[in-house]
Amino acid sequence: MADISFGLIALQVLTGLALGCIFVLVATGLTLIFGMLNVVNFAHGAFYAAGAYIGVFAFGYTGNFWISLVVVPVVMAVLGMFTERYLLRPLYGRDMSYPLLLTFGLGYVVIELIRILFGTDGIPFSAPAALKGSMFLGDFSFPRYRLFVMGFTAVMLVGLWLFIEKTPFGLIVRAGARDAEIVKVLGIDTSKVWLLIFALGTAIAGIAGFLAAPMRGVIPEMGVTVLIEAFVITVIGGMGSLPGAIIAGLLMGVVVSITSYFAADFSSIVMFAIMAVILIVRPQGLLGRPEAAR
Amino acid sequence: MPEAVQIANSRSGSATLAVAHSIEKHRVAAVVMVLAILPVVLPYPALAINILIFGLFATGFNLLFGYTGLLSLGHAALFGAGAYGCGIAIAKLGLDLFSAVLCGVALALLVSAVIGALAIRTRGVYFGMVTLALAQCLYFIFYQWVSVTGGESGLRGVSVKRIDLGPLHVDLLNPMQKYYFFLLFVAVALAGISRILRSPFGAVIEGIRENENRARASGYSLDVMKWMSFVLSGAFCGLAGALNAIHLGIVSIETLFYTTSGTVVMMTLLGGMGTFFGPFVGAALFLALEDIASNWTTHWQLVAGLIFIACVRFFPKGVWGSVLARTVG
Amino acid sequence: MTETILAAPRFSRRTALQVGAGGIALGMSAWRSAAQAQISSIKVGFPVPLTGPYGSEAADQVRCAQLAIEDFNRTGGLKGRLAELLVRDDKLNPAEAVTRTLELIEKDRADLIVGSLSGAVQLAVNEACKARGVTYNALSLSDRINEATDFSPTTYHEGMAPYFSVGALGRYVFANMGKKVAYLIADYEFGYEMRRAFQVVGDQMGAQAVLDVKHPLGMQDFSSLFPKILNAKPDILCLLNFGRDQLNALKQAGEFGLKDRMKIVVGALSSTQRIAGGADAYSDVIGASNYYWAAEDRYPSSKAFNAAYAAKYSGAVPSDYGSYGYGGVRSMLELARKAGSVEASALTAAVGSGFMFDLYKGPQTIRACDHQSVQAVFILRSKAEAQMKSPKDTFEIVTVAESDESKLRTCAELGHKT
Repeated sequence: MADISFGLIALQVLTGLALGCIFVLVATGLTLIFGMLNVVNFAHGAFYAAGAYIGVFAFGYTGNFWISLVVVPVVMAVLGMFTERYLLRPLYGRDMSYPLLLTFGLGYVVIELIRILFGTDGIPFSAPAALKGSMFLGDFSFPRYRLFVMGFTAVMLVGLWLFIEKTPFGLIVRAGARDAEIVKVLGIDTSKVWLLIFALGTAIAGIAGFLAAPMRGVIPEMGVTVLIEAFVITVIGGMGSLPGAIIAGLLMGVVVSITSYFAADFSSIVMFAIMAVILIVRPQGLLGRPEAAR
Repeated sequence: MPEAVQIANSRSGSATLAVAHSIEKHRVAAVVMVLAILPVVLPYPALAINILIFGLFATGFNLLFGYTGLLSLGHAALFGAGAYGCGIAIAKLGLDLFSAVLCGVALALLVSAVIGALAIRTRGVYFGMVTLALAQCLYFIFYQWVSVTGGESGLRGVSVKRIDLGPLHVDLLNPMQKYYFFLLFVAVALAGISRILRSPFGAVIEGIRENENRARASGYSLDVMKWMSFVLSGAFCGLAGALNAIHLGIVSIETLFYTTSGTVVMMTLLGGMGTFFGPFVGAALFLALEDIASNWTTHWQLVAGLIFIACVRFFPKGVWGSVLARTVG
Repeated sequence: MTETILAAPRFSRRTALQVGAGGIALGMSAWRSAAQAQISSIKVGFPVPLTGPYGSEAADQVRCAQLAIEDFNRTGGLKGRLAELLVRDDKLNPAEAVTRTLELIEKDRADLIVGSLSGAVQLAVNEACKARGVTYNALSLSDRINEATDFSPTTYHEGMAPYFSVGALGRYVFANMGKKVAYLIADYEFGYEMRRAFQVVGDQMGAQAVLDVKHPLGMQDFSSLFPKILNAKPDILCLLNFGRDQLNALKQAGEFGLKDRMKIVVGALSSTQRIAGGADAYSDVIGASNYYWAAEDRYPSSKAFNAAYAAKYSGAVPSDYGSYGYGGVRSMLELARKAGSVEASALTAAVGSGFMFDLYKGPQTIRACDHQSVQAVFILRSKAEAQMKSPKDTFEIVTVAESDESKLRTCAELGHKT
């Protein structure tokens, strides 16, 4: 314990933030979909895995990481649009459980399709040459690729923020999240909005999967634990709140990292424990809407 | 959907209605009769016993989901508590079967009382999330408590080879005898559930599902009613867990994991939520499907997922619910 | 197989009756032996995790098991009784495994059960077999299954005990690679068993444990564990986990510069993970394994096994876990041949009077008190890409710890009354 230097703590926090970035991306997609469509998307983890596989496949075909990085959200958006239009939209009139349950089954289907198409063993995948290697921070080295992921996440979030705050479409999204009825009354075709939001959320999940691929490997089950983590983050941040997802994601990344230092075997349960406490004490999460929860 | 026969809208003849009506009145007996012939119909008895156990689990879950309208995503905790309670009583404390089953149910009641009390404060998807989180916490506790539960290796030694009830001897290593012995427990449980559903309490919880504000306006304390429904659900799911421990001779840690919660939701929806027999139909279909599909292909999860999606999309009433809707209007 | 009866020159009624009776007798004996062959084939139940993360390992176990059945049948079977393999998917889930085992015992009337890739699953299957007196040969690494509380006369263990495999690994590692060691332990039975084994051999060899870090099973991102490990400055980092966890930990350890500062050792090395991870991630990693095809340079039985596998499966080589499918099934069938019967009590008696065999990896024996298969352990080094002569040339055998009963935990230690 006497050995804890400032450098060590800084490194621990830095790894936590890098960890948090993937949490943030997946949670963002999930919270967008819930906030706007009131759908709890249990297929989100499967979409994350699908994004990774599509990216790796594109990479195998083109040999270029950056092209693959563009291909992933495009293909995932199409998948998302298909899901929303043909699988989920017919269920909107009914109880909220139905879309949840459908996405639950969809998750199984997507993961099994991945196994059928790409095998069960996983595909080795590394960072592109430009991003390989490490930066030296004092005594320790930190992979350059993780710094890239942090930077890219920041850029994506800024882009998302600009989209939601500064564009007319973003205005509709914000209004719709507040009150879907009024938006419809104002004559806006909400079905197009739903389609695009679901596509956006799915695309972000896919990008997250592809970005995570060089760090964590590519296996069909890669999205299963990520889904649960995403739910935890979304609940803690507040379901439907974008800033909430971001803050909660980064915070949880750091919390897990610090917990890992002292008692790593507890690092998986600490998130669930915090989620349980939040739900009991303040169910709407850090930045969610209070009336939704009780 | 309540099974009350709507005579005015009926498309069937009065004879079918009369039969349906009397089955409805004696629904417990009807279900038990069907279950009694199950092991004869299926390829091997262990499958039939699994259906019996998961059918009971789903029926208990249905009390909360189908009849009260609360979607819990953490019911594995109740099933697992029942299993571990019973298993520990037999393997570590050396109790006899009946006491052990009671221990299992008692532990499940305790766990459901605690989780229920904490979860009832929320609604909608948040309710699902709390139950999920608390169930995972319980999973973690049992995982770490290796000396009592066996941890990740599971609890072994839940071995009951025979039961002697006076002149009656049941050889639990004989699959058929085991099945009918378990059927006794299930029959009693079903009778209990049927009674609860027919009572004024049963009417109230269905009222909560249909229209919560209206139920509240009618003067009922909703939180207490919901909590009681949760606890009762826990008792039956715990009983299913206890029987599972005896059946398998072990309790595996996966019993408490969220995949088990997901399985019971799928079964209930597949069969028909809010119907009496639906959960058994769902359990039978799910397990038989899994069995057949896995002999055929290692990609049986694709088949299961597609069928599930089709059900949610086209048969939201579930298989049995749709059958009922068609025959009695 | 009725013989064609040629018409006799003088056909009398008596001849016809004799011929008819002979024909019927022949026909009946043919039917009876066909029926006998059907009824009394030796049924070997084989529940393995065909679905789930170890699907490839399980598939190879099935391939090797089928080879074992064929080799046994080709050499005459058990007094003419041939063996038959009944493969089932246990989905890596103990409850499912028990259901499959019950199906195999109750419906298929299996004589033997062999299998499992997971410690928890094999303990569950063992429980079900134990209660019903059916012989079970467990293939997965585990110390627990040999202990008196889980053991029964029907329990056999072809898989290694981590105490033994890690002991051999530790003796090499601590003699050649350094004395200060940090452990990264997966939070489950197998991780702890390896840790305990390392402690024993470490104490014997004067090694010093500078750090223990436990991680939850299925942890995908190990980055938060590395600062502490780097700070402890060990000579060796021991990864006591398996499967994806091991792969990810290795990959990320390389990225965070751990491989430059310390040597990496894995408690259990698997060729499937090496292939999934790639030569780069695994290069220079040392680990213990139950089998590697290059053993053929040392043991003629390995050469024969590899050749038979290559002949049947288009030139491929058997994997480590796969080879357990061969050894596990074949050793039990050979034991039955020695005992003259497949009955559990006969098998136990045959072991009691000493059973030695050399089927695929050199000389082996089954210890009488706990039915542990005493076998060789291979200490391997994973080759860098540049050193590989062919895609299957993944490892180099650094040393072989021969089959040695004295290196196992004693019967008394395991709780057996001798």
